[in-house]
Amino acid sequence: MNWLDRLRESLARTRAQLTARLGEIVGAPPAEFFQQLEAALIEGDVGVATTQHILRQLSDRRDARDPAARLAVLREILLDILGAPAPLRLDPPPAAVLMLGVNGAGKTTTIGKLAHHLKTSGRTVLLAAADTFRAGAIDQLAIWAQRAECELVRHAPGADPAAVVYDAAQAVKARGIDVLIADTAGRLHTKTNLMEELKKINRVLTRELPGSPVERLLVLDATTGQNAIAQARVFTEAVGVTGIVLAKLDGSAKGGVVLAVRTALGLPVKFVGLGEGLDDLQPFDPPQFVDALLTA
Amino acid sequence: MFESLQGRLQQIVQRLAGRGVLSEVDVDAALREVRLALLEADVNFKVAKAFVDRVRAAAVGQQVLTHLAPGQQVVKLVYEELVRLLGETTHALRFADQPPTVILLVGLHGAGKTTTAGKLAMRLRNGGRRPLLVATDLRRPAAIVQLQVVGQQAGVLVFSVPEAADPVAVATAAVGEATRTGHDVVIIDSAGRQQIDDELMAELVTMREATSPHQVLLVLDAMTGQEGVNIAQRFDELLRIDGLIVTKLDGDARGGAVLSVVEVTGRPVLFVGVGEKLDGLEPFHPDRMASRILGMGDVLTLIEKAQGAVDAQTAADLDGAETAAGGVHLRRLPCPTAPGPDDGPAGIASGDAPRGGAAERRDGWDGRTRPAPGGGDH
Repeated sequence: MNWLDRLRESLARTRAQLTARLGEIVGAPPAEFFQQLEAALIEGDVGVATTQHILRQLSDRRDARDPAARLAVLREILLDILGAPAPLRLDPPPAAVLMLGVNGAGKTTTIGKLAHHLKTSGRTVLLAAADTFRAGAIDQLAIWAQRAECELVRHAPGADPAAVVYDAAQAVKARGIDVLIADTAGRLHTKTNLMEELKKINRVLTRELPGSPVERLLVLDATTGQNAIAQARVFTEAVGVTGIVLAKLDGSAKGGVVLAVRTALGLPVKFVGLGEGLDDLQPFDPPQFVDALLTA
Repeated sequence: MFESLQGRLQQIVQRLAGRGVLSEVDVDAALREVRLALLEADVNFKVAKAFVDRVRAAAVGQQVLTHLAPGQQVVKLVYEELVRLLGETTHALRFADQPPTVILLVGLHGAGKTTTAGKLAMRLRNGGRRPLLVATDLRRPAAIVQLQVVGQQAGVLVFSVPEAADPVAVATAAVGEATRTGHDVVIIDSAGRQQIDDELMAELVTMREATSPHQVLLVLDAMTGQEGVNIAQRFDELLRIDGLIVTKLDGDARGGAVLSVVEVTGRPVLFVGVGEKLDGLEPFHPDRMASRILGMGDVLTLIEKAQGAVDAQTAADLDGAETAAGGVHLRRLPCPTAPGPDDGPAGIASGDAPRGGAAERRDGWDGRTRPAPGGGDH
């Protein structure tokens, strides 16, 4: 069974369980219903503050007093927080996508899948191997470039990542390529010097592709808890994050912290990662996400 | 968010100060805030509830000590219970009588297994052992290259089989190779996997059976959220893990998942990973972790100071051959959190509580004055 089938199956189960978990108690006294709901949201990594915010909104809604309407109103509140789907801004070409995140979030794998996704939609893609720090990162990206059948600009390990991005920008302009996707080394947002390095990479990219749309995507591991908020805040302050990729959502984690990130910083989720295959990157689907979140 | 929680907790501690009795109401009020602090730190919902219930039962049943204000005492109990829970099991790496000792590292994608493998190898090499690193991640592109580079940096040989397709066969061959060549520790770096991926989990079970590791260590990202519990339970159920290595502790994650995992598996933390350099593997300190998870460095500082003052006063009293009842002590003691008649709500803020950022809170515990040896009840 492939990942997509698995996801579909698990989402089908999700809907059934949603009815089982919250549906069973939907007619329960408000206190009990709210307790169960609090548990579901916290266990989905939504976080204390955002959970309280959601519960307050729900209890303020007159139409939620009717137990039969509670779940529908709840879904509406969650969807409202997540906002409308936000596709990548890639026109006019050449466009650039800068992939950001802490160590092990899933940047390189996401790039491979995104390259394939864009190729499939008819765009030409060039990858910039600007993670020159982690052992094996350049080779890893090279294999993804091969799989996705796109071009690659690479320097030797330890090279200046900004120089890699500079060369990649020149290559994109010279060859008329639609999208440049730049990998970056994973960095904990608390490392000031590495965040400065990132600003430099971003400056070079913006300067060398004047007038081009630049997406700065923060890759968050769906297993991550509340620290994702700090990550999103610091990366946004440094280079202006334009969207989130929620990676590894094929595990058991719900990734509910993106609700907190959205509430605090207004950042939309643009893609979700569902595995290690070329096709395992999907545009974010808010209703599916909400259903999965409310599942026990 | 966290700041406001801490602020609220201080208010409660203050509100309760000086009453001298630990009533159920006092305990509940303080523990409500403790529970929220734990949840903010990513302690699992159920674990946080169970933990708080346990402390509540112990606190309410306990004879009230008069050294501290009731709210402070509840936080003190919470902290002590956290330290006990995190540190109660022994946590030394065990070596086999008959080498090689086989260590299997397992975990989710991106937890930090390969870097940890390199750090562990370097640590063992520096300790006079001859480790062999084994590359069994045949799935992720260039994972073998990554381990080879890491091994080179650590000065440790890396065993791999070009074009291999079966990770279990590679692991088995590596153990044989180590025996032949006199390597006394084999560190197997496995591919990352989701714990709900039955096929890949079955592969690990086969690898465990084939290599009979002396230690199976779960590599856990300090930033892990609520699912830490399910991840650890599943790995433990299928592989019987012996301990944990917590990675990326050089960030600012509070690390509540560590508490969750220790609570549900009963397994100890052996090491913590800090930084990307290969010397960044350190022994685990339960007290630092407890302080980090609770995040109430300010309150803990004040408690410890009060405790120190109590001890000094007690010593002075004993010197003067004057033993007084505890109740008398309470009124005489210079307790920093018990506001005097003229102290406004700023009593704590204007006192000597550190008001630094996250880093200061996190590290505060290490730098603080500890009670004189033998003076405290630690």
